[in-house]
Amino acid sequence: MTLTLVHLYPREMNIYGDTGNVLVLRRRLGWRGIDAQVVPVAVGDALPHDVDILLGGGGQDAAQGDIGADFASRGAQLRAMADDGVVMLAICGTYQMLGHEFVTQEGRSIPGVGVLDVVTRGQSERLIGNNFVDTPAAGRLVGYENHSGLTELGSGATPLGTTQTGRGNNGRDRTEGAVRGNVIGTYLHGPVLAKSPRFADDLIRRALARRGESTDLEPLDDTLAERAAVVAAGRPR
Amino acid sequence: MNVLAVWLGKLTLIALRLIGRRGNALPGLVVEKVFPGYLPRAMATLPEGVVVVSGTNGKTTTTKMVATVLGERLRVLTNDTGSNFVRGAITATIEHADWRGRLPYDVAVFELDEAWAVRFVAIVAPRRALLLNVMRDQLDRFGEIDTTAALLGKVAAATTGDVVLNRDDQRIAALAAKTKATVSYYGVLPALRPLFPTDEELYGGPIAVGSVPARAELLALPVGTSPTIELRIGGTAHRVDLRAEGAHNAQNAAGAAALALTFGFDSETVAAGLGHVSPAFGRGQRFVVDGRIVVLQLVKNPGGFRQTLRTLDGAVPVAAIVVVINDDYADGRDVSWLWDVDFTALAAVPARVYTAGTRAADMAVRLRYDEVSTDEVEPDPEKALRSAVAAVAPGEQVVIFSTYTAMWALHATLLRLGVPQ
Repeated sequence: MTLTLVHLYPREMNIYGDTGNVLVLRRRLGWRGIDAQVVPVAVGDALPHDVDILLGGGGQDAAQGDIGADFASRGAQLRAMADDGVVMLAICGTYQMLGHEFVTQEGRSIPGVGVLDVVTRGQSERLIGNNFVDTPAAGRLVGYENHSGLTELGSGATPLGTTQTGRGNNGRDRTEGAVRGNVIGTYLHGPVLAKSPRFADDLIRRALARRGESTDLEPLDDTLAERAAVVAAGRPR
Repeated sequence: MNVLAVWLGKLTLIALRLIGRRGNALPGLVVEKVFPGYLPRAMATLPEGVVVVSGTNGKTTTTKMVATVLGERLRVLTNDTGSNFVRGAITATIEHADWRGRLPYDVAVFELDEAWAVRFVAIVAPRRALLLNVMRDQLDRFGEIDTTAALLGKVAAATTGDVVLNRDDQRIAALAAKTKATVSYYGVLPALRPLFPTDEELYGGPIAVGSVPARAELLALPVGTSPTIELRIGGTAHRVDLRAEGAHNAQNAAGAAALALTFGFDSETVAAGLGHVSPAFGRGQRFVVDGRIVVLQLVKNPGGFRQTLRTLDGAVPVAAIVVVINDDYADGRDVSWLWDVDFTALAAVPARVYTAGTRAADMAVRLRYDEVSTDEVEPDPEKALRSAVAAVAPGEQVVIFSTYTAMWALHATLLRLGVPQ
């Protein structure tokens, strides 16, 4: 069995080390003897037919403009994939674009693909700092947030978790990220999977379950990651 | 007024040294608050004005190169410790002024952090600026790479005489449009360009070869263990023995040469000056500790870390590697940049690996995902250094990669335990 991981826009949407999420999943699969094929998808490239996990990261504002039209043109396909249970981990900019729209500070609306029931508004203050998020599905996620868009969730999306010390989705309601089925959006960089191994394995299990495979995963020694997570959660913002 | 400012600064400095502190920043900060007009007045007395060196990577070593080359003909005031906020420049000025407040120098060469360079040029218009590159670094402070480029654009705009730009970094070359100063360029031979990826190119973009003529150009890198590089300076090719290691420093030497040419220096003087450059603080400095060679390499961002990892292919086998990652404000709170560095090559180096610093565990996690195992995770950098030295045989080499804030303590420890080479 080979799982297919799609890395969306590795060149444009990679600014805060989010590429690391792809590496974490690839290794955690490999260490358990599960083959993983990573397919980078750039502007204009076709998406593979049989995707198990799709990952996208954060980019610069300008890069988000460069890929905007390409991303929008994939809307129907991405919605179909989400309905089909494909696992998606969308960080920061990719999270915003999976929503209904992004309204710039000047009031211009950039339509998203509507996979997640969220809307994001740009503003001038950047929400930056160490952050940890407590989630019902995967325990504590530890990472770093760095964004200026404020995201509000609609009734069709559930928050990924809550944050006590960070700013989260919008700096107002303590929520962080959004979930719909197997689609997860979050502002956590770090990369988030590095210090949140339970979350990484949760994504892998979702992908295996969708294929009807066993979700029993051989345990890995995550002592270092757990130690790093405790240290990071105790550092100043 | 200058006398009072200098006395205040010097006394603060003496007080700090008495209690065993370095005092690279605080005296400058105190003077800045009490005598905000001191720096512009002091700088106005320099006949050749101020040179500002900025960019993401290579500022400290390049500043040292520029200061050393200009030192062949001029009396040069410089901040060469990597203390690159405005207060660092003020501290250096105070330290070098005499007690009557006079500054017996011809020119000042200041390394300035990209954000502080903008604050600096708002109070002192530099006569010359040398702008190196824009790479992802400290995004917790700057937000984005394009923001950083815009900051350097302001520095170029404020410069009155000559702006020297890196032709091979598109974000830097584009700054020519932002300034009324005379613009000249430095670069590397097009055939060498793939060795010097810009931020875009590191992440898969096509290699863009600049076409504007460069006044100084790197023609050839060192071969094997020889430190000799080849530079075209103006119209003449020169061989230079450069003691600052690594391809990136050979590129920086071309930048320093192009800047020196704006002073009307002849190419022989520039080449001779580059031959006199010694490694800057923590940038490839070597120490001998109990017969072991310890090399100190500062790492701050992915581009710089990748470049210094390439220096591991040297002549002496590396028996231990210590990676020290702190996350204090001056290091950058966000350590996700470590995931933009490829460490897989370390798996093939038969060396013991130590991680240290506040993010020792984070670093070990990063290495693990590149299938490099860590022998010891020791948050205290000094302890990690001592264990590494104890674990290798005399004649063998220990290489320390460290972020900024841990570097000072490590440097002091190495001076205490060993001898600079």
